[in-house]
This record gives sequence, structure tokens and C-alpha cells, in this order.
Amino acid sequence: MDWIYEPWPWYVAGPMIALIMLILLMAGKNFGMSANLRTFCTIAGAGKTSDFFRFDWKAQKWNMLVVAGAVIGGYIAMNFLSKDPVVALHPEVVIQLNEMGFEGAGTSYLPANLFSAEAFENPVTLGLLLLGGFLVGFGARYAGGCTSGHAISGMSSLQLPSLIAVIGFFAGGLIMINFLFPLIF
Amino acid sequence: MKRGLFYLAVGALFGITMFKSEAASWFRIYEMFQFKSFHMYGIIGSALFLGVIIMQLINRGKIKTFDGEQIVVPPKDMSVPRYLIGGLFFGLGWALAGACPGPMFTLTGAGYWPILVVIGGALIGTWVYGLLRSKLPH
Repeated sequence: MDWIYEPWPWYVAGPMIALIMLILLMAGKNFGMSANLRTFCTIAGAGKTSDFFRFDWKAQKWNMLVVAGAVIGGYIAMNFLSKDPVVALHPEVVIQLNEMGFEGAGTSYLPANLFSAEAFENPVTLGLLLLGGFLVGFGARYAGGCTSGHAISGMSSLQLPSLIAVIGFFAGGLIMINFLFPLIF
Repeated sequence: MKRGLFYLAVGALFGITMFKSEAASWFRIYEMFQFKSFHMYGIIGSALFLGVIIMQLINRGKIKTFDGEQIVVPPKDMSVPRYLIGGLFFGLGWALAGACPGPMFTLTGAGYWPILVVIGGALIGTWVYGLLRSKLPH
């Protein structure tokens, strides 16, 4: 039964994502995770500050249930389908990350300096996590979608706007890792 | 109620997929942007390959909704600056936080609590976009 604890290869995960998109389409819904961030803002009362948040959030209930399910899925995967999960990285990546001061490359699931409890004691780390989240939230809404909405759904329906957005995603990621990481870490 | 459980189950399957495929790992996102592993490209590429086939079948009316109706995928308005600049911001954040919106919630369930700070930032970012929207090029 040990196979159950093994990480999933790409050729299992990719088709699974396509299946999830298909099931949602058949239910009459469009796969898009970042739309929920807007819904949460609306529920928190952001409609008072911008009409962008004045919409019938109840129509997005289904999507919030998908998000709640994603939280539950994370709990199940961590507690019942994994034993001390380790990401087997390319050896050169491990060396690079160790040199930059990241902890746990090749021996854990997430870098300890960013995602273990010690992060809460370090204001710089908290600031970086907050900034990373801010850019994701701001960028996803500006671009009208994230990885699920553009890279999977939008590109599957061969939409040029989604291709432009995905080019933007990769340009941003490459700038961050090649030019900004050496300054930050 | 039944519909609610359906969406929860779809979400749970998505969460398990994100975690078990390591798409929710900060390390995998870094490795992807370094072009050092095929893993993430394999995930996105195979999802996309099947996604294109699914969309073609939908367009030809071979796949319908559970209620038997035609599936409609709303087309996105054409623009270059909106998608390019918005995408650029998103990519900067994706590489720094190592998580896009789906995996953020998966990692919450997995108990990596600092991800809540990332989600807080994403909510603030979404809100600030709403405030600045009329002033940004679209």
C-alpha cells in the first residue's frame, strides 16, 4: 500500500486537472480559482469602496464550495495520502537554493524559512509572503484570471487573451527568479 | 444540498491533485522557472492537450451539460496591456510566493499556516485592483 504515499506523476495530475475542468463545464460552470478572492472581498464589504465588488456574490457560492473542497483536499492529501512529503528536485536546483539560504530543498515539501512557524517571527519573511500574495491577487484580477482560468481553461478554448496572459505569467516569474531573487535572498 | 456536496467533492479532488502532484510546492514552481524539470510543464501541457480536445468536442456539440444543454465558454475581451501587465504582476507573485490561488487554499488545509499571510496579501491585492481599476490601462 506504500504507493498511495508516493507523489503523483505529471501524466496523472494533468489529466485529472482536465477532468475537473470538464466536470465543472458539464455542471455549467467555468473553472477559475482567483474569482473567489473577489467574492471574499465583496463579502467583507469591499462594495462600499468600489463598484467592482458590487455583484451578486451568491451566484459564486458553488465556486466557494470548490475552494472549501480544495482546503479539505489539502488536509486529506497531507494527513492520509502522504508520509513526510519530500519534493525530489533537480540536484542543481538544490545546490542553488542552498546557496541562497533556502532551508529544506530536496528534503521537504516547502522551504522552512518561508513556510514553517518560524516565518511568523521574522518581519522580512512576513513582508515577502504578503507581497507575493498581493502581486498574485492584484495580477490575477488585472489579467482577469489565474493559472486555472487562463493557462488551463482559456488556452484550452484557444483564446488569444489567455495566451498573452500566460506569456505575462512566465515573463513575471522569470524576472522574479533571475533578477529579483539575487537582490532579495 | 446535493449540489453543494458535489462542488465540495470536485474541490477536494482538485486539492488532492494540487498537493500530490507537488504543483502546490514552492520548490516545484522555482524549478519550473529555472527550466530544470519537465514535471510542471508535463502537468500543464497534458491538462492543456486534453483541454483542447474537450473544448473541440464541446464546440461540435458532442459534450453537453448534465442537463443536456450546450456548454457556453464566454470569450474574453481582446486587449494586450491588460493581459500582459496583469500577467506580469501575477507571475512576479507566483514565483515569490510559490503558489497560485488554488494551491494557496490546498496548503491551508495541509497546515502550512504562513500561507494564510499569502492569502491575506492576495485579498488586499484584489481589493487594491478594484480601487485602481478605472485608472489602469485595460
